[in-house]
Amino acid sequence: MKRAARYIVFYSALFGLWTLLAELKIWPPYLFPTPWGVAEALYAGFADHTYWIAIRVSMQRVLIGYGISVILGMVLGLGVASNKFLEETMGGLLVSLQSLPSICWWPLALLWFGLNQNAILFVVIMGSLLSVTLAMEDGRKQMPKIFGQAGRNLGAKGFKLFWYVLLPASLPFIVSGLKQGWAFAWRSLITAEMLYLSLGLGQILMMGRDLNDMSAVIAVMILIIAIGYLVDGIVFKGMERHLQNKWGLTPAT
Amino acid sequence: MSTNAQSVARRFPLPADARLTSLGTKLGPVSVGHKERGPSLQIPKVGLSEICLSYRTQSGERLLALDHINLQVRPGEFVCIVGPSGCGKSTLLHLIAGLHSQTSGQILIDGLPVEGPGTDRIMIFQDHALFPWLTVGQNVEFGMKMKGIPKAERQEKIHYYLQLVHLAKFEKSYIHQLSGGMRQRVAIARALASEPDVLLMDEPFAALDAQTRDLLHDELERIWSETGRTIIFVTHNVREAVRLGDRVVLLTFRPGRVKSEFPIDLPRPRSLEDPEVALAARAVLDELREETNRSIEVEYRNGVKPKIEPGVKS
Repeated sequence: MKRAARYIVFYSALFGLWTLLAELKIWPPYLFPTPWGVAEALYAGFADHTYWIAIRVSMQRVLIGYGISVILGMVLGLGVASNKFLEETMGGLLVSLQSLPSICWWPLALLWFGLNQNAILFVVIMGSLLSVTLAMEDGRKQMPKIFGQAGRNLGAKGFKLFWYVLLPASLPFIVSGLKQGWAFAWRSLITAEMLYLSLGLGQILMMGRDLNDMSAVIAVMILIIAIGYLVDGIVFKGMERHLQNKWGLTPAT
Repeated sequence: MSTNAQSVARRFPLPADARLTSLGTKLGPVSVGHKERGPSLQIPKVGLSEICLSYRTQSGERLLALDHINLQVRPGEFVCIVGPSGCGKSTLLHLIAGLHSQTSGQILIDGLPVEGPGTDRIMIFQDHALFPWLTVGQNVEFGMKMKGIPKAERQEKIHYYLQLVHLAKFEKSYIHQLSGGMRQRVAIARALASEPDVLLMDEPFAALDAQTRDLLHDELERIWSETGRTIIFVTHNVREAVRLGDRVVLLTFRPGRVKSEFPIDLPRPRSLEDPEVALAARAVLDELREETNRSIEVEYRNGVKPKIEPGVKS
């Protein structure tokens, strides 16, 4: 109750300030729109289906890209964690690559794949792959060794050992990495979409700029934040809660 | 038939000659011959011959952990291994389980060499090593699932083994919802559900309070006599070893060697408080004390325990 009250106070203050600044007309409305202007832009965008299409296209891309990242990252991370040679060589490379902003892969992606969907996917994968890989490597190392021993002892080996023992055992340790990977994937996607006429959210954000429509720009920014936040709140928070219930502990986050 | 007779004999222990005659009249001399002198004596369930294991420590020196261990375990026998901490007794279990391999020597199960883990030998770990992401029932099911046993049969066995450890009501619970003693019982049920010939128990009750441990001793003795499994039980608690084992094997402190073996011919069911158990434990303890003193001496001299973990070989 108190928390809700605090939220209400904070957000009404924020909106009050915004409205006040807009109504003072220090800047022209096309540079500093009112909250109603943004709300109207949001409504219009959904009413003529532009936003729905953009959301669908962007979600599709991020799900494919992130999905590939998760699968590849798990295999890579597991490999790095269980092989001393890989750990010493590739481990360092992965960490150093993480300092590279994912959009730096864009020129390379353009040359390799051309100006199309695959280039965007490539940037999304490169954006999130490293966090998933590093998280998986770390999770595999943090995971108590005894689970692997018990699993092998009970007859699990190869893929079965990975799927039924190592993966679920390391899940509490990698969930934060998966979450970070998702955030990177989402950011990389929007960035890449802004550079290319692509139907996605990134493109309609740029479209707002091209049309000098600040209301539309802010509306799309709000959409991007909202989707990122919703996925985090529903998918990852749900996963964490689920793990807590099963393990009876607060997973390392 | 013979396991049945064995379990009767265990449950209602009689003086050695009386047991012979009662079995003789029931099963005829052939069965007695099988039990006393048959293939069970010629081919041990578990045979360790000249097992050596050495590690390289972090400082690079070679450390002999196990030194020419020889041990034969009969089918259905309950053998307890005791020794001071650091004698390599847990490591020995890991070797039998096939989770690590020895530097030299041979481990035979029914006369066949061990090559890696196998579900004929299931280990019960000190901290139970149950899977926290699975329910109690799913934990018990795990080994059977890996073996590819059909779902219906698995379900039946989950019930059977959970009943055996008196935890049928907890099938749907998660591990963190159980007490320490209940967790160890689930671990026993999980191990038994794979229907192994040999149970390898690595200080399974060390972390439990005394009352729970007493209770689990009774249960383990009952389960052992009902299922006729071979058990190799590692502990640092001599009383526990004498209370449970048909035989107690004492290992020396680093490198681990078999120092002596004590056959425990006491009637079952036993109790930790039995004066006979205390007396037998006394004899083992006297010999163990020398080793413990030696281990303390070494640790004081070195300041720190040399770090060896099973599996960290290079």
